[in-house]
Amino acid sequence: MNTQDTFVLGGKEFHSRFILGSGKYSMDLIKAAVEYAKAEIITLAVRRTNTKKEENILDYIPKNVTLLPNTSGARDAKEAVRIARMSRELGCGDFVKVEIMRDSKYLLPDNSETIKATEMLAKEGFVVLPYMYPDLYAARDLVNAGAAAVMPLASPIGSNKGLATKEFIQILVDEIDLPIIVDAGIGRPSQACEAMEMGAAAIMANTAIATAGDIPTMAKAFGNAIEAGRQAYLAGLGRVLERGASASDPLTGFLRD
Amino acid sequence: MSENQFFVDSDKLSEKALEKKHRLENDPSVRSNFMEYQDGMEQISSDVMEKVLSQMDAYDYSSYIEADVKRALMHETCSVEDFKALLSPAAAPYLEQMAQRAKIETSKHFGNTVYFFTPLYIANYCENYCIYCGFNCYNDIVRKQLTEEEIEHEMQVIADSGIEEILILTGESKAMSSVEYIGNACKMAKKYFKNIGLEIYPVNSDDYAYLHACGADYITVFQETYYAPKYETLHLMGHKRVFPYRFEAQERALMGGMRGVGFSALLGLADFRKDALATALHAYYLQRKYPHAEFSLSCPRLRPIVNNEKINPLDVHEKELCQILCAYRIFLPFIGITVSSREQKHFRDGIVKIAATKVSAGVSTGIGDHEEKYTGQQQNEAGDEQFEIADNRSFDQMYGDISAEGLQPVLNDYIYV
Repeated sequence: MNTQDTFVLGGKEFHSRFILGSGKYSMDLIKAAVEYAKAEIITLAVRRTNTKKEENILDYIPKNVTLLPNTSGARDAKEAVRIARMSRELGCGDFVKVEIMRDSKYLLPDNSETIKATEMLAKEGFVVLPYMYPDLYAARDLVNAGAAAVMPLASPIGSNKGLATKEFIQILVDEIDLPIIVDAGIGRPSQACEAMEMGAAAIMANTAIATAGDIPTMAKAFGNAIEAGRQAYLAGLGRVLERGASASDPLTGFLRD
Repeated sequence: MSENQFFVDSDKLSEKALEKKHRLENDPSVRSNFMEYQDGMEQISSDVMEKVLSQMDAYDYSSYIEADVKRALMHETCSVEDFKALLSPAAAPYLEQMAQRAKIETSKHFGNTVYFFTPLYIANYCENYCIYCGFNCYNDIVRKQLTEEEIEHEMQVIADSGIEEILILTGESKAMSSVEYIGNACKMAKKYFKNIGLEIYPVNSDDYAYLHACGADYITVFQETYYAPKYETLHLMGHKRVFPYRFEAQERALMGGMRGVGFSALLGLADFRKDALATALHAYYLQRKYPHAEFSLSCPRLRPIVNNEKINPLDVHEKELCQILCAYRIFLPFIGITVSSREQKHFRDGIVKIAATKVSAGVSTGIGDHEEKYTGQQQNEAGDEQFEIADNRSFDQMYGDISAEGLQPVLNDYIYV
């Protein structure tokens, strides 16, 4: 077993494959994610950076954690670029998760605007992680646009419905040569584990932990599940029998010459 | 059902004014046609009003039975039909189940966050005669419009308390509180706040575009009641009398580039079930037409006003209000729900755990009295309040109370681009 199992984003090496999303925000959640799920990357909505003076979210994030500001609130590529620049000015670094939504009900990402924004931001030297609907062509365009990873959604954000787009995420894992980070909709540790078994590079989750009865314990459960899934992937999953048992006598035993 | 007695005669009105007031109140034929746009009012081509009003007219809530309510609660996605069942009297015994379902939907979309804002009234001059409102032009109250210096001072006091989202309000007088005056207030607010909403008289889409450029991004307009025949008897004079122009305000605001819009009926004025249905459908149909925009619903109940302390929300008790809010949440899980200080502490503390996502804090509905309210320092004469509030908690108290409930207060979740 490879003990140096890391993955690289924007030239930075990460050991933990759990990324904390930003949707539901709480100081307890950040603490739990870092302590119990060993998160090394934490998403931060630029639109929520400044809060009550004595409780600035930035103060609660340990220095060894990489901030991943997102462009939530952007409705097109231009707005996403402006928010990314603001985040850089605020001192949040060069990482940016592009999120562009033109639907307030499902908050589904707009792939075509996301591709445009990715290209513009990559040219400005950002490490761009685009949140996208798992479509192979869009993913290829994102690679060409200069993305550092691709972040397909598992199911509508906040829905806790798990891997509704499983087949399509598998295609991205198989065909795209960048880390595939599964984002949005993961509701249970078992679903996170499954995505990792499929070959995802990392999992981003938020609601599932934020709304759990016991946040630290749920954070720990996610950390363990992600690690287990990763190990299963590295070990090479055993044969899965899709239908019934296999015959012990070969079906082709009658062949003679 | 009993009715509120709204008419109050001030002894300061001249005989002529009093006579006009009485004629407006008693003789419908002297009132203007409330379905006709007045000069300068933009008419947009929209089918949303037709859709909402026809659904409301056809809604017979007494026809729903418990089985409809049970079915609605079983469905993963709440249809318009399901929503109608949840608003009906048949749903009353299912209030606890509705609350539990609403809580799940709220936490899926908003986690345990509660947003804070505070209203800032900058003027209470009004040209309308809306018989239930403390600001109505015949009501004898202290009128005031803040100067730019006074507005800035109020904003400093509010910003110092920690608030980051402000809702700027005026009475409805375009002559006294012009669009430019409100625009200047927005420009000033930009210096102190992250998020600026407006609750002012409805304007045309180009004026909304101007106010957006000044820094405002949210427009709230209350239709008060969606039941047109009742609307006509409550809004006797002024531009607010024009029902369709008010109805279309949110759509014009979105056309003008605003990020989000808010809606409400004033519960207690008319049939609250029909009004609640229409309010949610107003947002629902506009969301389908403008899917990128953000939407929020409020749920004000009638409150006593200066010179008429008997005004009350009639049959809309806390249980009914809770039923409405749970139904809103289940039908529109992604939508913001605001509960103002018209409600008492125990209700607001309870409802944020179920359905509400935004509450006001450190509230005054008077004009220019924030410093007095926040610091106890006596100030110059303040203008009278629009209605009596029921929750006087300061921002810090609210912050503490909401945190103590295990919820996460959020002061800003917004970016102006």
